[in-house]
Amino acid sequence: MTVETPATVPQSPRLTTRLRDARTSVALLLLAIAAITPVAAPALGQPFYVDVTARIMIWAIAATSLNLILGYGGMVSFGHAVYLGIAGYTVGILAFDNITNGFIQWPLALLICGLIALVFGAISLRTKGVYFIMITLAFAQMLFFLGISVEKYGSDDGLLIFTRSEFDFGFAELDLSDATTLYYVIWILLIGSVYLSHRIVNSRFGMVIQGAMANETRMQAIGVPTYRYRLTAFVISGMMCGVAGLLSANFERFISPDVMNWPRSGELIVMVVLGGMGTLFGPILGSVAFLLLSEILSTWTEHWHLIFGPFLVLVVLFARGGLSGILDRLTGRADR
Amino acid sequence: MTEPLLAVRGLCKSFGGIAATDNVDLDITPGEIHAIIGPNGAGKTTLINVLSGLLPSDAGTIHFDHANITRASAPARCRRGLARSFQITSIFRNVSALDNVALAVQSAAGHSFRLWRPARRDPALRGPARALLERVGLADRATVMAGNLAHGEQRQLEIAIVLATRPKMLLLDEPMAGMGIEESERLLHFLRELKEQYTMLLIEHDMDAVFALADRITVLVYGRVIATGTPQEIRANPDVRRAYLGDEAAA
Amino acid sequence: MNFILLAEQFLNGIQLGLLLFLLSAGLTLVFGIMDLVNLAHGSLYMIGAFFAATFTALTGSFVIGVLLALPATLVAGIVIEVTVLRTLYTRNHLDHVLATFGLILFFNELVRVVWGPAGLSIPLPGVLDGSVSLVLGITYPLYRLVIIIVSLAVAVGLYLLVTRTRIGMLIRAGASNRTMAGALGVNIQRLFTLVFGLGAALAGLAGMMIAPVTQASIGMGEQILILAFVVIVIGGIGSIRGALVGALLIGIIDTMGRSFLDVILLIFLPPNAAETAGPALSSMMIYILMALVLAIRPQGLFPPRGQ
Ligand SMILES: Nc1ncnc2c1ncn2[C@@H]1O[C@H](COP(=O)(O)OP(=O)(O)O)[C@@H](O)[C@H]1O
Ligand SMILES: [Mg+2]
Repeated sequence: MTVETPATVPQSPRLTTRLRDARTSVALLLLAIAAITPVAAPALGQPFYVDVTARIMIWAIAATSLNLILGYGGMVSFGHAVYLGIAGYTVGILAFDNITNGFIQWPLALLICGLIALVFGAISLRTKGVYFIMITLAFAQMLFFLGISVEKYGSDDGLLIFTRSEFDFGFAELDLSDATTLYYVIWILLIGSVYLSHRIVNSRFGMVIQGAMANETRMQAIGVPTYRYRLTAFVISGMMCGVAGLLSANFERFISPDVMNWPRSGELIVMVVLGGMGTLFGPILGSVAFLLLSEILSTWTEHWHLIFGPFLVLVVLFARGGLSGILDRLTGRADR
Repeated sequence: MTEPLLAVRGLCKSFGGIAATDNVDLDITPGEIHAIIGPNGAGKTTLINVLSGLLPSDAGTIHFDHANITRASAPARCRRGLARSFQITSIFRNVSALDNVALAVQSAAGHSFRLWRPARRDPALRGPARALLERVGLADRATVMAGNLAHGEQRQLEIAIVLATRPKMLLLDEPMAGMGIEESERLLHFLRELKEQYTMLLIEHDMDAVFALADRITVLVYGRVIATGTPQEIRANPDVRRAYLGDEAAA
Repeated sequence: MNFILLAEQFLNGIQLGLLLFLLSAGLTLVFGIMDLVNLAHGSLYMIGAFFAATFTALTGSFVIGVLLALPATLVAGIVIEVTVLRTLYTRNHLDHVLATFGLILFFNELVRVVWGPAGLSIPLPGVLDGSVSLVLGITYPLYRLVIIIVSLAVAVGLYLLVTRTRIGMLIRAGASNRTMAGALGVNIQRLFTLVFGLGAALAGLAGMMIAPVTQASIGMGEQILILAFVVIVIGGIGSIRGALVGALLIGIIDTMGRSFLDVILLIFLPPNAAETAGPALSSMMIYILMALVLAIRPQGLFPPRGQ
């Protein structure tokens, strides 16, 4: 489970110092572009990019959540997409039973994600290395097959969601059926996730998680029972991924077992690594890169996996540190 | 006689039939430096691993500071005040020296379920950590990434980490291993200084250092204690001379 | 739930278990010896099936098809080892996951391009078609019986290879202690290639044998690979014995669960609840079993010594 760590941990979390580094600038630029996309894309005659951007942002939230345990905690979870499904199905099933109140749907979805992450984490974190990878994968597959076997909720055909989550504040209403509103809710929650990660990673808790990744034995020997911290991180990460899941269900108005099938978990790992593990904005870069790349390659050829597969192998062999590493190298940060 | 701080009875640990710790009894009095010596492979490191809880023991009991810690986890033992260093330096290589010590300070300061305030700007952690770096002579190296420190500096850093856990007793596994003469000399002084404050179990290869520092010495061979006593007694013990010091004249 | 049906499903369970064993044996050795997470192991299962389909079509004989497909899969495995996996041994598990994930995508797509998206079925030769009567009035498809017998023979052969030969000794030494094998002066590189090729051939054989029952299809490898993961996690990584026990356990429990769980649930639950819970529970059963085993023994049932 131990993963080689990046050579530095930023000494100062202050945003002013971070602005200087390239990945932050690029990521902030991307977030700014995302902010104006609902206006700019239709104006440029490309309204289709609004949906593309929304989807990328949803994946970026999921990748950010995985990065919390993978990049900062060294936990190679190969079943992380399962929380997309759990949250999505909670929303979907509640909607199916005519409970469309978002104040019920969303907290419940996150609660269930948290509880399932607690159970999965409690068992899988007792193991290490290969075992951990395979167990997280197997647990995710278990729920994937559960989704397939439950005919009432559509089996592998999935479940249509006719009404998006409703938030009635009494004095005002948050209308997610309005595409632009939903878009900006996604945008804000993405920024929220990154900010939350930023706080967690630099907190005492974050120090422990990163320390346990770098040197577990030392961590134990200075008196830190690492298991409970890892488990907590695992649960937080699962819940954060749940946010992406309930957003996705609302956005697509559809949920199917496929969102938790193992290739989705693999793709999440790809996004995190591609963007740069253990960096705050890496997951955003990674999901943009991954989804744009697949978009471009697939317009090029239907058999784009033929190119993407070897590309992944090459990334592993030659581009450690992902895009962030490349950006750092291009901009002359010699600290990697 | 004062009650021992650490009392070990009948401690055993074997690896697939090889007894690395074989029925060891040990009493460490508060305030003493107790050295463990023995040839390579005698089981010195294993003893520390078992005492610190990184390896479970097969049999025997360990009492520390009025508590039975035989089944306690490694973190729990550290929290009780039993801190260790490693023969092969064990630090957090990818963060600064200061971060290393601050993390240990943080651990001693209670639980770390604090997820919001930035730890690197917390004076309650940075202050004591700086003071400890100063104490081991690394004040001007505080911001250097630990992995980039010289070997001797890393050894010193590890001692700062150990001290940061606010221990009652130190388990030091060859703290001078790989150090130059001058560095060893300095460390020797430092350990003597620490003696005022801490009880120590010291594994060391350098016999001069051992005889200079230790109040009592235990000799370990093939996992067994073959002698315990003051440096004079150990020096005079014919068994020890034969088995370990390699003194032909003793025969 | 009569006895005949029970016996038949039990045999089906054994058959699935033995196929899983062929897949898991290679996987667990590769993990144990090379410490390599190879997600693409299932691809070899798939490739084996497609090779067999092609060679059977070309030669008109399933048996000759298999005999040709076996070395072809072995070569494919060795090529993968030499070109990609070899460079990964010194890397961490995450790198293994990523790179072999890339390999899966590549091979699935390659198969789609070469053989088309639909999958291929393999006609059974006449002699293997049909059923045989076993004791106590049980009849069982002849071909499934053949699968069981061949797998058993391979399992015994593998057991003899691992326990009785010098190569087997090296493999065992490697599985429990890599540095020791190195210290014995073994050419580790060659041992790795050999073990990988062996694992590839076993996985391929499993794919070839099942292809006439199901058909050779894209993605067939991943379905069963995840089952094989469960098997070796339960059995203990690096342990052949664990793989055998785990595989039989999973094969039997999964098959029996799918056939009889709803009937059993009927005893406790009202019919419509049992009808919903049955499939749901039976699809989750092996994972729950895995969780239970791990909760009690995180290293699996038969952790190899020295770890
Ligand atoms: N984790 C382990 N697994 C197997 N054998 C071990 C392990 N640790 C130590 N040993 C064995 O135990 C014996 C004592 O080793 P050790 O405690 O390191 O000795 P020392 O520190 O006195 O040199 C040696 O024979 C060594 O090979
Ligand atoms: Mg030693």
